[in-house]
Amino acid sequence: MGAGHAHPMYRRGDSPVHQLPPHCKILAVLGFVLAVVATPRERMWAFAVYALLLAGVTALARVPYGHVARRVLIEVPFVAFAVLLPFLATGPRVEVLGVAVSQDGLWGAWNILAKGTLGVVASILLATTTEPRVLLLGVERLRVPPLLTQIATFMFRYGDVVVAEMRRMRTARAARGFEPRDLRDARVLGRSLGALFLRCFERGERVHLAMLSRGYDGRMPVLLETGASGGQWAASAVLPATAAAVALAAWMAPWTLL
Amino acid sequence: MDASLKVSGLAYAYPDGTQALFGVDVAIGKGERVALLGPNGAGKTTFVLHLNGILHGGAGTVHVGGMAVDARDKKALKEVRRRVGLVFQDPDDQLFMPTVAEDVAFGPANLGVRGAELERRVAAALERVGMAHAAGRPPQHLSFGQRRRVAVATVLAMEPEILVLDEPSSNLDPASRRELAEILTSLDVTVLMVTHDLPYAAQLCPRSLVLSGGVIVADGPTHELLADERLLAEHRLELPYGFVVPQRS
Repeated sequence: MGAGHAHPMYRRGDSPVHQLPPHCKILAVLGFVLAVVATPRERMWAFAVYALLLAGVTALARVPYGHVARRVLIEVPFVAFAVLLPFLATGPRVEVLGVAVSQDGLWGAWNILAKGTLGVVASILLATTTEPRVLLLGVERLRVPPLLTQIATFMFRYGDVVVAEMRRMRTARAARGFEPRDLRDARVLGRSLGALFLRCFERGERVHLAMLSRGYDGRMPVLLETGASGGQWAASAVLPATAAAVALAAWMAPWTLL
Repeated sequence: MDASLKVSGLAYAYPDGTQALFGVDVAIGKGERVALLGPNGAGKTTFVLHLNGILHGGAGTVHVGGMAVDARDKKALKEVRRRVGLVFQDPDDQLFMPTVAEDVAFGPANLGVRGAELERRVAAALERVGMAHAAGRPPQHLSFGQRRRVAVATVLAMEPEILVLDEPSSNLDPASRRELAEILTSLDVTVLMVTHDLPYAAQLCPRSLVLSGGVIVADGPTHELLADERLLAEHRLELPYGFVVPQRS
């Protein structure tokens, strides 16, 4: 209760991309990212082609570009370092807008920024077109140990419950006049966190009892069939295969556009 | 009598030495609706967890539909857990799957039911609690009363011999409370309802047991037990202010 109804990432839809089986999509994104990472950073045209490919997928999935653009912002903290590279790296210098910066650093920054953004956008498209729980089914189909996928499934189910519990505790603290001001108040917060942990632990035990009561024997029954047809495999192979061809061309091409 | 549940001489002490049950005898016939009343700490939950073999190791025996509950016999235990449908107090403990339909399917799927039969059971169970429209939704997006009803559906899908509800009316608003009562009375299944909500027991269960201090201290028609002020007072049971037990003819 009180939890947001829409998942922040997933967007309901029935586009061809939405309908692909989850494990196909996961492998496609993985293949695409590998191709991107393997591309030499000097071949700028290759990255332009990758970006076009992703734009094509976005259009095919009928996802608004703004939806993707807003979510790309999560990479900002990770690429902040890239901005510093041209100033910190050593080697021959070039003038950019009147400032002398390291040429090597400039390439390094470009490398991180371009590959990072392409990878993030590909992942966003995956999460936007695949429901979280279906994503987990896909992961399971890819032979990830069931224990890990079960843990993730439970995190997904109980995340909201735990957050709601945390929020109630915060309200209860505030209702009795507690306002965290400085480091000394960390003790109170630490205790609350401990209590929250205990509550979660107890809930875990109760959930386990409820599972046992309904015949759980260590394996989750497979309830949703997520088999993929040959056509679906072929469709999801288009993105990584094209990307791999581009990467190969980038390695073979003797020219650069810069 | 064709007994759904027969408990004889059940005693149990927790590993730390706290004795919770001191020889409980209970027999419930097929199709009966019985309330198990008792104050907090009377041993109600301990008793309930014995019915499907989650707790065991003390003295006494439990039979469900004629079958002995034996925690060492894993195969029999599976059947016992099908026969005893336990609905826990907090639906958030009971509903752990990503969607309502998957949660309802969890029990029968563990019993090996698959395909069309599984779908039929899920649909039928949700239909019986009036929650068919919510099949595809995540449980956390339902209201508390709806979650409680789905929790009932999760065990109905296992087609149990006896439905055991732990404090079914707790935290429900009056409308949800009435809706659940209507559902429970419409079910064609033996019901054991563990509660200290005496009006709810009076409304739903013709017969009641009082568990106090780890023993059954009273067993009889609900309206008679609830009219016995001394009995109630001795065992910390109280009717809500202003409540008068409706007399049955």
